[in-house]
Amino acid sequence: MKKFKEKLSGRIFLLLALSSISALVLITVFIFVQGLPIIAKVGFFKFISGMEWAPGEGEFGIFPMIAGTVSVTLGAALIGIPVGICCSIFMAELAPEKMRKIFRPAIQLLAGIPSVLYGFCGLIFVVPLIRDYLGGPGMSILAGSIILAIMILPTIISISEVSLIALPRHYKEGALALGMTHWQTILRVQLPAAKSGIVAAVILGIGRAIGETMAVIMVLGNSVAIPESILDSVRTLTTNIGLEMAYASDEHQQALFATGIVLFVIIMILNATAQYITRKKHSKTQNKRKSNETKNQTADR
Amino acid sequence: MKRRIKPQTAEKIAKGAIWTIALMVIGILIAIIVYILYKGLPVINWSFLTEAPRRMGKEGGISSSIIITLSVTALAVLIAMPFGIGTAFYLAEYTRDNIITRIIRFSAESLAGIPSIVYGLFGYIFFLEILGLGWSVLSGGLTLAIMILPTIIRTSEEAILAVSKTYREVSFSLGGTKWQTIRKAVFPSAVRGITNGIILSVGRSVAETAAVILTVGSDLKMRTMAIHFYQLVMEGISMENAYGTAAILIILIFFINVVANMLIDRFIAKGR
Amino acid sequence: MKYKICIILLVALICTVLMTSCGEEEGTKIVIAGSTSVQPYAEILSEDYEALASEIKVIINGGGSSAGISAVMKNVADIGMSSRSLNEKESGLWSVEIAKDGLALIIHPDNPVTNLSIEQIRGIYTQEITNWSELGGVNHKIHVISREEGSGTRSAFSDMVMDGARITPKAIVQNSNGAVRQLVSGDKYAIGFISLGLVEHQDGLKPVKGLSINGITPIRENVINGSYNLFRPFLFVSNKEPEGTVKDFIDFILSEHGQQILIDEGLISVSPEKEIG
Repeated sequence: MKKFKEKLSGRIFLLLALSSISALVLITVFIFVQGLPIIAKVGFFKFISGMEWAPGEGEFGIFPMIAGTVSVTLGAALIGIPVGICCSIFMAELAPEKMRKIFRPAIQLLAGIPSVLYGFCGLIFVVPLIRDYLGGPGMSILAGSIILAIMILPTIISISEVSLIALPRHYKEGALALGMTHWQTILRVQLPAAKSGIVAAVILGIGRAIGETMAVIMVLGNSVAIPESILDSVRTLTTNIGLEMAYASDEHQQALFATGIVLFVIIMILNATAQYITRKKHSKTQNKRKSNETKNQTADR
Repeated sequence: MKRRIKPQTAEKIAKGAIWTIALMVIGILIAIIVYILYKGLPVINWSFLTEAPRRMGKEGGISSSIIITLSVTALAVLIAMPFGIGTAFYLAEYTRDNIITRIIRFSAESLAGIPSIVYGLFGYIFFLEILGLGWSVLSGGLTLAIMILPTIIRTSEEAILAVSKTYREVSFSLGGTKWQTIRKAVFPSAVRGITNGIILSVGRSVAETAAVILTVGSDLKMRTMAIHFYQLVMEGISMENAYGTAAILIILIFFINVVANMLIDRFIAKGR
Repeated sequence: MKYKICIILLVALICTVLMTSCGEEEGTKIVIAGSTSVQPYAEILSEDYEALASEIKVIINGGGSSAGISAVMKNVADIGMSSRSLNEKESGLWSVEIAKDGLALIIHPDNPVTNLSIEQIRGIYTQEITNWSELGGVNHKIHVISREEGSGTRSAFSDMVMDGARITPKAIVQNSNGAVRQLVSGDKYAIGFISLGLVEHQDGLKPVKGLSINGITPIRENVINGSYNLFRPFLFVSNKEPEGTVKDFIDFILSEHGQQILIDEGLISVSPEKEIG
């Protein structure tokens, strides 16, 4: 009986593992099978560097979308990273226990709000503000960056906070004992020591910004053009899929899947970088599991 | 040391700046939530919760959207849970760390990061065009299940790996089999992290729009709350009802978060 | 013990979910998909139809005209809604015109411009004209708003106005009439195109101004008498001659009652004139 149970459980786990892995393989293969023919037809270089996107006329160039993704993500990173790191320092070092008790669930809630709600807030607050005070149509890189910056905060804050908290106590105690002020300790000792965790947090946050769809559809304006200023409207890779996926057929659909491949590869590179950095750190410290666990939970949102 | 500003002054400025930024972030969050609740709560009443939408959503309530949201989420999580947790146990307990498991882990992590819209595309072609399931709770649930699977695998596996080795060693030394060890020693300690991952997935499914609009569809009586909200706003149909829907969504997500934290606290208490 | 209870509860939940999703019988369900311009009207029609024939459920999805047509071709939907004429590739499909809809160019009410020619509109959408002062307005850049590739409204606009020219990629792209309307109502320098029925003031929405074209105001009467010629058909498309419940639903729409519903909502009926654009 015991042996039977033992065998059975092993088999069941294997079965479950095999089926979920095949589901994951299925979707990966599916995306590539759908998207590769058009890349092969247009030519990889022409596909990613082409300036014209007119699927109706057989023009498939996604360079404007890549430029859009890069500019919006960069903007979001410029706003989101410093704010996120400040908040994580606040939570790890400065906040009184009571504040922390409010702050942490609040950040979790921030992570759980649907992206359409963020997009909506951008549409009714940020876009009119930009239109009235800075000019242009309001739907712009700036609006998208602000909304995305808020959306990536939870990822950046929670992972950096964990890596700050996970530092051995004697780092801080030693620095303070040497007569450094609390701020000097944070700046010179704790931040550098937690660097790899923070970098991973930033990379995962950027990954999230690249992958976001609905919120940016609502505030970016979705023009297929190379932006000239941060008040210009752009289209990102995800919004390109989001806007056009439903009615696309044949080559147009393949081209959207090919856009998906490009996204997939970008995210994979980012993930690999984040993993490499955290792995390197883990060989040094013993907090691997704890930080990894939190990292994945937040990153997966 | 040449420094123009005294360390004490620098400390004050820096700390002040960080406090300001942190409070601003909290302020923005509170502003968003308060604004939506302020606009949305007056719309919510019993009939808003219990009536189906009519006239494109201008009239009636959102009962059907609440039901669809809950059933799509439940279906997705219930399908993904056994597969995700099972895979995690298999990877963590039954295999050695080798190139294949590493590839699986890496692809799970990368798949967790790809935009939900790509899952939506996949779901549309696979479940609707190939399998002919139509726009339905089933297609949506299956698509979301695949979407949250990597999350559940990764979080569960981390939770399992985090369980101290001594637990396993003690169990084995007492003559426990692998299955007994997993069931009696590893699972109870890992359940906190696993629950955490599942609740994250629940939140993600509730909030998902892009993948769901392609697979559940946007029929007035067959769409989730997030889609209902999106349609009401983007088509400019009824801002009032949009705010009402948003308020309910926020309350629901708040509720999920509270439950999550309560559950986790209870498991921590138990573990000690 | 606790686990067992949990498992039983879970299984029960799965069953209920599966039952609710598979509960509908075949033949009593009509699946419609396509143009977001037609979707609201179809929803209203289906509501009245379901009140008459309570055993039938009509499911209406958006997505866009081309999505609807492609869904019909792939048997995902029974009826596709299109807000543009079918192209050559799609000409094998069965289709019926259920109503006509005017297309209006809209601007902010504060914008002094009231009238444009087709050539001027084309100039705006190809970016030959980029400033309102060239059109008798204030000296400010024009914010051009268009619809997404694949939208019936966009291709109808292209066919009628653009005359083969390509809409500038610099144009802001929105994916619904409502979104375009909302953007224009808040932006003094914007121009966009939407369904005629949506131009008029609605509760809770800020107003927009419909532009006259070649001196003809965009109102229903002018579309009916043929002087305002920016309009497109709303089509129901199917991959075969409809029968059974689908035919019944289409007959209902083409009936006097059905057409009256569409007229009340601001569309132009197909029955009195019987003319095809």
